[in-house]
Amino acid sequence: MTSNIRKTYFKEDDSLIVIGLILVLGFIWSLFAAHPTDAPGMIYPTLEMHGFMMMGAFLIGIIAIVFKLSDGLPKFDQGEYQDDVIKAGVIATTFWGIAGMLVGLIIACQLTWPNIFYFESLPWTNFGRLRPLHTSAVIFAFGGNALIATSFYVVQRTCRTRLAGGMWPWFVFWGYQLFIVLAATGYLTGVTQSREYAEPEWYVDIWLTIVWVAYLLVFLCTLAKRKEPHIYVANWFYLAFIITVAILHLVNNMALPTGPFDAKSYSLFSGVQDAMTQWWYGHNAVGFFLTAGFLAIMYYFIPKRANRPIWSYKLSIVHFWAVIFIYIWAGPHHLHFTALPQWTQTLGMAFSIMLWMPSWGGMINGLMTLQGAWDKLRTDPVLRMLVVSVAFYGMATFEGPLMSIRYVNALSHYTEWTIGHVHSGALGWNGFVTFGALYCMVPWLWKKKEVYSLRLVEWHFWLATIGILFYITSMWVAGIMEGLMWRAYNDLGFLEYAFIETVSAKHISYVVRALGGGLFLAGTLIMAFNLRMTVKGKGGAESLEGDVPLAKKPVIPTAQPILVGE
Amino acid sequence: MSDKNPYIDELSGTETTGHEWDGIEELNTPMPRWWLWVFYTSIVVALLYAIAMPSIPLLNSHFKGVLGHSDRAAVNQEMEEMQARRAVFATKLLDTDLETIQADPELFRFAMAAGKSAFGDNCATCHGSGAQGFKGYPNLNDDIWLWGGSFEDILHTLKVGIRATHEDTRIGLMQAYGRDGLLTADQISDLAHYVQNLSGNGIDAEAALRAAPLFQETCSTCHGTTGMGDRAQGAPNLTDAEWLYGGSYADITQTLYGGRQGVMPNWNERLPSETISALAVYVHSLGGGEDTPPINTENLP
Repeated sequence: MTSNIRKTYFKEDDSLIVIGLILVLGFIWSLFAAHPTDAPGMIYPTLEMHGFMMMGAFLIGIIAIVFKLSDGLPKFDQGEYQDDVIKAGVIATTFWGIAGMLVGLIIACQLTWPNIFYFESLPWTNFGRLRPLHTSAVIFAFGGNALIATSFYVVQRTCRTRLAGGMWPWFVFWGYQLFIVLAATGYLTGVTQSREYAEPEWYVDIWLTIVWVAYLLVFLCTLAKRKEPHIYVANWFYLAFIITVAILHLVNNMALPTGPFDAKSYSLFSGVQDAMTQWWYGHNAVGFFLTAGFLAIMYYFIPKRANRPIWSYKLSIVHFWAVIFIYIWAGPHHLHFTALPQWTQTLGMAFSIMLWMPSWGGMINGLMTLQGAWDKLRTDPVLRMLVVSVAFYGMATFEGPLMSIRYVNALSHYTEWTIGHVHSGALGWNGFVTFGALYCMVPWLWKKKEVYSLRLVEWHFWLATIGILFYITSMWVAGIMEGLMWRAYNDLGFLEYAFIETVSAKHISYVVRALGGGLFLAGTLIMAFNLRMTVKGKGGAESLEGDVPLAKKPVIPTAQPILVGE
Repeated sequence: MSDKNPYIDELSGTETTGHEWDGIEELNTPMPRWWLWVFYTSIVVALLYAIAMPSIPLLNSHFKGVLGHSDRAAVNQEMEEMQARRAVFATKLLDTDLETIQADPELFRFAMAAGKSAFGDNCATCHGSGAQGFKGYPNLNDDIWLWGGSFEDILHTLKVGIRATHEDTRIGLMQAYGRDGLLTADQISDLAHYVQNLSGNGIDAEAALRAAPLFQETCSTCHGTTGMGDRAQGAPNLTDAEWLYGGSYADITQTLYGGRQGVMPNWNERLPSETISALAVYVHSLGGGEDTPPINTENLP
């Protein structure tokens, strides 16, 4: 596109001043936090380690800002997309993906061979410390970075405008990485509030809140200055994900710290209310982080890669609102047959059943978008990865309502079946859709024709698919077996099996699971290599000229830009 | 938008909505009928379930559901029925002996089932799910009993525990001869050779000979002059091939140096008496019944 159509418009950006202020305040706070406390009889862990880490991080940030501002306020070409922060996000996604999956493999081995992978002198390698590291690393570090990176990519392209907020997207990126590091090191050293998927302590939660609000504002302001008349469906899902996660995070982490510089807090909820709040959060972390957010990825990358229109606009509206309204009530199904009152369990199950079809709406729309392009599944392993992810999504969202039925749950609860269910979603759906998006985005971002090697994508696809199948089938077998063993009574009413017998019976399944996880990790390593070579421009990754210009003339007359020239 | 939508997707023949983002369009395909109907059905099923079961919260209570079902009431009822059925046998297990229990086949079967179940939940952690034991935790399948293998002995051990908090708990003292400075390193080394020699594994006969007076002086009080042990003090027989803490030179040296103080809880405070009786029946069935120490070790394999 020539320059007479694309206006170059530089705008000065003063966001660094506010960001700098936040960092200075954080730095001052961390000075106190890092101060070693020698109060006698102190029973709570101090913030010393995290204080020093935050001090260092904020200091580096402040220095970077000072250097940047010494040349005056930065200026950005509003006619260019902000792609650098997305490139950083792609790298972070790949890095945390490998880290999180590696820890997953380690804890799978710990469960399989507890004697070999037990290190008495290294308490931080204990299963109890590594398990939240694994879950948080794959969900929030790998998945979160994937969501932030793809959302920044998609919102710019589908709004035909540069990301709003100048340097704020960079604050979101680095702030989120700091959150990840603080959370991860906290788990390893025993700083945790023991809420599943919400383990970080109060000060890390506050930091994440600041970052998340910045993320929401960047996203909203970008939507507001869009040059398309309508908001694309992927952006509905991204926005639902960002807003709901903010609400979930704020409510579930309401806690009172034991002191302004203590790494310990107590929840404002107690007893069964506390459990219910936690699982309202936990379930909707699945619903809005791992479902709504990743559906947004699906809604952009599948039609884009297949070069086909979204199959049904109407279905996307109806299933979007149905998912949003129903998902939020389904949390009690995590607490069937517990101290939770039965009426709450009934409602949790009822909403879960109703959730089945709304979830499947996304699957139908994703799969049917391939209508007229099915042949590409044979030739394009990236598209195949995206489509198989939708198939796993459909499977997991059928299995979920099934397991929420109280009579099924009586068998499946607390067993490995749950682990299998989670991983068919996490590996098959979230993993594959992210891999597919990365394989698409890396050549697009770095202006290459294609990835380095589609053959390696094939390898990744098959290794990971076989890995997932090993994983979920072994966990089904182990889960249903141990569920049946737990409830086996003899004719006199005594338990047939001791608990330890149900554990040792799972050994073979555990071996198969670890093997499946290993294959999946191997696939991810192949992807990392492939993406690295793509960035380097090797193999099929020939360099392309030019950019996809912002001010592309709309091909459809109804889609007149409404905010031309700002 | 005009009445005639001019945008038709060529491949599917379906009209589009006319929107476009970054080259992505949307077809105006109607929602699949089957999808809608399954959605409606699932809503109806969910509603019916909510009407049947306890569901809606009210001011002071909640809607109990048409079926009036309650998990807790159901569990309580099942538990009561089960306890009533068990009570018949349970009372028979109290203050009785093995012969009486064995004479009643149904009672014996009940005791074995209850014992096996209780063993899995309480004992298997240390003794292994097959009662095979581990280093430091006795094997209950063999004929070797530190505190006696008769039904009464086992029952008593279960009740009072070993080095536990019960006032009559079974106590035997294997002191830390090395750590507490009661014996020198050389003496411990010699004694280890002597003890190995007792079970026919000795290789340093000279050291064993040197330690003979020392053994009589220090060890015979509990283990007996011949090293055959003493049930009354829980002192193991040192002349057989079975070793609770290992029979190698290194193991025995370590035992002598640091002493051994294995513990078992007194279950009388943790389990009902009938369960302890059932456990005694079960454990006795494993390797019990050998109630006097072997006289002659030479005939043992």
